Amino acid sequence: MFGDRLVDDSRLRFDPPEWHIAPLPPAGGGDPAACLMQSTIDMTPARLPAARMKERRPTSWITLAAALISLVALLPLAFIVWVAIQTGWDTVAALIFRARVGELLVNTVLLVLVTVPIAIVLSVALAWLTERSDLPGNRWWSWLSVAPLAIPAFVHSYAWISLVPGLHGLWAGVLVSVIAYFPFLYLPIAAALRRLDPALEDAAAALGLGPWRVFARVVLPQLRLAICGGSLLVGLHLLAEYGLYVFIRFDTFTTAIVDQFQSTFNGPAANMLAAVLVVCCLFLLALEVMIRGEERYARVGSGAARKQQRARLGRATLPCLLLPAGVALLSLGVPFVTVSRWLLAGGTEVWRWDEISLALGQTLFLAIAGAVLATLAAMPMAWISIRAPGPLQRLLESCNYIVGALPGVVTALALVTITVRVALPLYQTLFTILFGYALMFLPRALVSLRASIAQAPVELERAASSLGRSPVKALWSTTVRLSAPGAAAGMAMVALGITNELTATQMLAPNGTRTLAMAFWSYSGEIDYASAAPYALIMVAMSLPMTWWLYIQSKRMAGR
Amino acid sequence: MKIALSTLAGAALALGLIAGPAIAEDQGIIVYNAQHESLAKEWAKGFTKETGIKVTLRNGGDSDFSNQIVAEGAASPADVFLTENSPAMALVEAAGLFAPVDAETLAQVPQEYQPSTGKWVGVAARSTVFAYNKDKLKADQLPKSLLDLADPSWKGRWAASPSGADFQAIVSALLELKGEAATADWLKAMKENFTAYKGNSTVMKAVNAGEIDGGVIYHYYYFGDQAKTGENSRNVALHYFKNQDPGAFVSISGGGVLASSKHPKEAQAFLKWVTGKGGQDVLKTGTSYEYAVGKDAQSNPKLVPLADLQAPKVDPARLNSKKVIELMTQAGLL
Repeated sequence: MFGDRLVDDSRLRFDPPEWHIAPLPPAGGGDPAACLMQSTIDMTPARLPAARMKERRPTSWITLAAALISLVALLPLAFIVWVAIQTGWDTVAALIFRARVGELLVNTVLLVLVTVPIAIVLSVALAWLTERSDLPGNRWWSWLSVAPLAIPAFVHSYAWISLVPGLHGLWAGVLVSVIAYFPFLYLPIAAALRRLDPALEDAAAALGLGPWRVFARVVLPQLRLAICGGSLLVGLHLLAEYGLYVFIRFDTFTTAIVDQFQSTFNGPAANMLAAVLVVCCLFLLALEVMIRGEERYARVGSGAARKQQRARLGRATLPCLLLPAGVALLSLGVPFVTVSRWLLAGGTEVWRWDEISLALGQTLFLAIAGAVLATLAAMPMAWISIRAPGPLQRLLESCNYIVGALPGVVTALALVTITVRVALPLYQTLFTILFGYALMFLPRALVSLRASIAQAPVELERAASSLGRSPVKALWSTTVRLSAPGAAAGMAMVALGITNELTATQMLAPNGTRTLAMAFWSYSGEIDYASAAPYALIMVAMSLPMTWWLYIQSKRMAGR
Repeated sequence: MKIALSTLAGAALALGLIAGPAIAEDQGIIVYNAQHESLAKEWAKGFTKETGIKVTLRNGGDSDFSNQIVAEGAASPADVFLTENSPAMALVEAAGLFAPVDAETLAQVPQEYQPSTGKWVGVAARSTVFAYNKDKLKADQLPKSLLDLADPSWKGRWAASPSGADFQAIVSALLELKGEAATADWLKAMKENFTAYKGNSTVMKAVNAGEIDGGVIYHYYYFGDQAKTGENSRNVALHYFKNQDPGAFVSISGGGVLASSKHPKEAQAFLKWVTGKGGQDVLKTGTSYEYAVGKDAQSNPKLVPLADLQAPKVDPARLNSKKVIELMTQAGLL
């Protein structure tokens, strides 16, 4: 039953790594029996006669709220379609079917095609070494393989460009992308490896397969969901990233959209590039659904799985150590060395405290407010996906995920144009930027919330209702409170996203806003790398605790 | 849902109340600033110190701001618009969104550094240069004209930042001087020959490192870097095209007051201060190394005097940024 849930969950989601941690954190300390009970309790609402419950329960209101939020979330997409229609087919065709778009398409596709396989191989190797071998210090290496997530992608790129100034083009893009994004694959793969039942491997070995063939025929297929989800996430980040590729002069759709935005503000050319980028994103999403397949991965059989045995590396230990050490050197050592170097070169002069504290305050404020808004917006959807699942709910939920998968630049471009053209009072307001953040990061909040609502027994809601509370009050005094830890986790993930967000923030920010990322970008644009260094350091320092938390969660899920 | 919505609305309101003061506390006049942030900051600081009027800068680029102001129309929150180049000013002027500049302010700047319409005024100027690597190019190998860079012999040897308004202003001068067909051809050849970088500083850095022979940028990046550590310009020298060549184009940075400004008096005062002694002195003594344009104002003595540049005569009000973007998009540069 436990396993069933896991598979079921992953089918619904478009897997950022944090989402892998979402399914059922251990209410019973990872004890399968407790989880089994849990899911039995969750099943009950579906079996109850719905009609009798209907008037007493707020399902329809909440469904309505969720539908409303999902519709609003579709605004950016609808907007691009609207602009295309308004622009007229001839102009659209002229703007889309031109050599420049072809170049960008080739660049973007090559980037994804080369980066993702390398990241997969690297992550599988690292995950196997840290989870399934007796590599010395494997816990450390495991943390060091997750830690690069705390460094924003554009800071990785900044570090590399100051180390190797001539770095540019596709291969530079692949190098920095792999380094910046492989943890998105490492996390789910390591988590999946940890919870594999070794009995399957034993059976394969008993049937005469050697260790390599066991790995290829038994272990690897079981990692399929993790690899698919992680690859999708890496792919979406590759499509959406701006700063990383500007530093190393590699043009993708996103950099070209920002160029057009800077040249024409909200001209049709930018919107049409955005349309092509959206199609690329949707293609990735569909591809992942197709490759993911429908196989069953859950374990059947009584009792708990035996503890896995770690493979002995023996004489291979030393060469094997080189891999995680090399990756850590490239992904953590390089940023550490360059940021320290610039800090030393800049001395005390670059610590302009008035500026820095202002940027820090504004960043924190936006991050917290955005996280609260995203979590509030995710609540109705999360609630119905647990309490009243069905085809409508799946449809609504996938709307939210699709919008969350869109690059920030697309969402921001749509919001700028909408507010300028039809909702001017909202233009350049705090509301609009927070709204943008909520759209972009809703899935992060949703997944965490859903997992914790699943653990809140529906009986409590009913008991509260039967004691005379109105439906909403009943919900408030039971499920909402019980899901607080999940909500907090989701908020942390959203806040992390907002802290390191650059493109949408620049386009939507109210006058006078200057976040850490904006300040970093502005200084590094004037190649004042020393002045940018303190901002890079602060962003990393703010992201580290949340990355650590992610790491701990992924460990806890496997019951360790 | 009523309650859920009102909770949401309440939360949003509360947020607004907390944030209102946090981000939108008394902002004074709002300046859409496309000039270098450090220069605008010095201007704002000096102005506030002298008058007590607060200035909030929103930083961006020429083209996005000019198009943004046009899109915002009468509802624009901006009071003042400062640019690096003229085409963006011309765009806003064409949309009829500027208030006339005070006569006193106009009188502070010579005729040649302002449009005939008096809707905006020059606040600084910059010269086009060919920055080259001294080890890679000798004086006799330098291009005689900007147009020479279209020659196949320059393939893979020069750089520019086509997404920036600076370079687009240079193209707009070319368009004004040589016409549409010649410009389109030149851009096509450029696409073949040049290497794209983002930002003029980055172009200079690449030239300095010997990644590329030379690049078309503005003069002050070199002087700014020399004044700091020189680490990005040590191997760089500047070549001025002169001879009224399109490549000798001097671009006028403009300032204007929006007709929709809610603080027209303060906005006009700001523009007056920037074009007056205080603002122009910042150009002479500060770290921007842009040319001062005020009457009797001195530029930094390290610069080649503005009068010696033999720049082509171009009416800044006639520079057509829209057409330039269109041509550059067609050439596949954007």
